[in-house]
Amino acid sequence: MASVPITVRRARDALEARTARVPYRVKLALVWVVIFVVLAVLFLSYGFDTDFMLEWAPFILGGTGITLLVSVCSIVLATVLALIGALARLSKNPVINGVASLYVSAIRGTPLILQITFVFLAFPQFARFAPTYMEGAFLLPAIPAGILALGVNYGAYMTEIFRAGVQSVGHGQIEAAHALAMSPTQTTRRIILPQAVRLVIPPTGNEFIAMLKDSALVSFIGVSELFFRASKVGQQNFRAMETLIVAAAMYWLVTSVFSYFQAKLERKMARGYVRETSHGH
Amino acid sequence: MATDVITIQQLDKHFGDLHVLKEVSLMVQSGEVVVLFGRSGSGKSTLLRCINFLEEPSSGVIQVGDLRVEVGPALRARREKIRQIRERCGMVFQEFNLFPHLTVLENVIEAPCTVKGEAREKASKRAMVLLERVGLAEKAKEYPIRLSGGQKQRVAIARALAMEPDIMLFDEPTSALDPELIGEVLAAMRDLARDGMTMIVVTHEMGFAREVANRMVFMHEGQLVEEGPPSQIIGSPADERTRRFLEAVL
Repeated sequence: MASVPITVRRARDALEARTARVPYRVKLALVWVVIFVVLAVLFLSYGFDTDFMLEWAPFILGGTGITLLVSVCSIVLATVLALIGALARLSKNPVINGVASLYVSAIRGTPLILQITFVFLAFPQFARFAPTYMEGAFLLPAIPAGILALGVNYGAYMTEIFRAGVQSVGHGQIEAAHALAMSPTQTTRRIILPQAVRLVIPPTGNEFIAMLKDSALVSFIGVSELFFRASKVGQQNFRAMETLIVAAAMYWLVTSVFSYFQAKLERKMARGYVRETSHGH
Repeated sequence: MATDVITIQQLDKHFGDLHVLKEVSLMVQSGEVVVLFGRSGSGKSTLLRCINFLEEPSSGVIQVGDLRVEVGPALRARREKIRQIRERCGMVFQEFNLFPHLTVLENVIEAPCTVKGEAREKASKRAMVLLERVGLAEKAKEYPIRLSGGQKQRVAIARALAMEPDIMLFDEPTSALDPELIGEVLAAMRDLARDGMTMIVVTHEMGFAREVANRMVFMHEGQLVEEGPPSQIIGSPADERTRRFLEAVL
């Protein structure tokens, strides 16, 4: 800090003094606006083709629906798999636990892009051996194949999240349920899971936001979602800058919206666990 | 007339190398209030928790009413017997262990509805009577987080009573409470004893023991050292170890 010239320091102090009444958030927003303006000016002055961008934006943004569809279906599948996986990982039965831990290990140990390609390209090889009525299950179109791969992949990561959630329900809770003559199944269903769900909803929201971005990987098997459209149009016209910025803006917008709701949900979920000091409900 | 509701025979419990209970035998009669006391680590909580099999004894026999369970593998028939024993023994924990995701009323009706299949409405009516009895009817819709420690423990007592147990087991029910909140919990327990509930209480509250207990049992290093009516145990303990412990706490 000592190396900052004295004049700069003085100028900074003067500016700080003069803007002391401006809220910090406003200052932050101002910084963002300045950066955006500088970037926009830079882009435009270096041959950024606004007309081209506007011409293709509707087509590119038309992929948003597919991005959302893939993400939502995948997170639902992942949640179901993670719930089963977590209970299986906590099971004392070596077969059940073995299957679940192999699933988690294999999925976490291989690249997501490989898994997506595997479901789309490698599964059809099984179709030859399957009975005719089962063939369809191995010859998946791109979108279901992408959903299956993303869901299975996220399910493995979320298995560990759910497992941690279940384990963080205190042992005293389980003892209390047992002392009330509740069976292990009743204890899990009525006491452990409802408490674990509250704990895992925030991290599941984070997973969904990550999924929105990872869903771009299904473009590799030809699903015509947001990123696929942007990159194809950009490549064919040598205007990748324009098209990718459109897609990036959309991803950013969607993840920001979900982050906002996720933060709200997180606060709501804390209720009943946080003592409300002011007034009752 | 008086029948033994709990019979503990030759109970041993090891935690690894630690020998926590050494051939403990104890009988409790219907309507009796037994206070178990002793130094921490003397095995009194473990003994209590063996009765409803929250701890699995290493050897010995537990009999509650006509349900007799010996140490053995967790076979279906044995598990069912243990479950029935738990239906007959209500338990109150030091740390309350209320279910935080359920309201006070829901805490109380959870087991009757889930375990006994009782209708919610009927269970709720009974629960309100129990909450009235422990003085917390107006808190029925609150979540446990909004209650004081003493209130939580009284809810825990109502929750255990909702299963209509024959016996109540209290595991240091006032040890986690601020001093000014202990009285309300002891009052609820006194009220239960007056109604003829069979109770085994692990506690350091010698005043409560003197007033309510029919029998006091002193435990030391996993063994029952001395037992008798409070007047005798507190007034003129026979064993040197009992005397030293009482001198320390009184």
